Amino acid sequence: MAVQLVEGEFDPWALLQAEQRRLPPGSFGATACFVGTMRDFNQGDEVEALFLEHYPGMTERELERLTAEARQRWPLAAVLVVHRVGHIRPGEPIVLVGVWSEHRREAFEACRWLMEALKQRAPFWKKEVTPRGARWVEKNTPG
Amino acid sequence: MAIRVRVFASLKERLGIEQTEIAPEGIGCVADVWRRLTGDDLPPEVLAAVNMNHAGPDAPVRDGDEVAFFPPVTGG
Repeated sequence: MAVQLVEGEFDPWALLQAEQRRLPPGSFGATACFVGTMRDFNQGDEVEALFLEHYPGMTERELERLTAEARQRWPLAAVLVVHRVGHIRPGEPIVLVGVWSEHRREAFEACRWLMEALKQRAPFWKKEVTPRGARWVEKNTPG
Repeated sequence: MAIRVRVFASLKERLGIEQTEIAPEGIGCVADVWRRLTGDDLPPEVLAAVNMNHAGPDAPVRDGDEVAFFPPVTGG
């Protein structure tokens, strides 16, 4: 499946492997992926846990729109976007973007574009639990 | 019928509203829905969606629509 929301831990490498096995052997020459993992620090504070809220229905639609747009912009063999929701612990993956294509340029470009577009458009919100209490993350880091 | 309103994340806590319905009379656009909820103009930092599509303050709202308000997104 091109887009998945996951509550509970996921293994990005197993999902990449499973998606790649669905593709005809020899049909692509490049795989690019990005895995975002939860840090135990942010803005100078220790972060013990994270809660990821989303807008059920709109989140899936927005991710589907973004993957469809990426496939229009670049000739891609496959796209995989997986995002966690709910409670997350430090060290656990939050997001996976995987892209398969004939050549490296479109794989790199589409993967980066998808990740940046997701951060700007997909309706997810992070709440951090720190030793000083819980707080909403007000904006994303620039890169 | 009615207009369904949903509020997310820090905005939900700030307004004390998660989900509500408002009467469609007098509602023409997204900014009208916010004004009905809060009595104020829609602040530029508050984002909105109509029927799960990103929408600006002037986007039209009709009876039966779902309007959502939320802070800047922070996924990924």
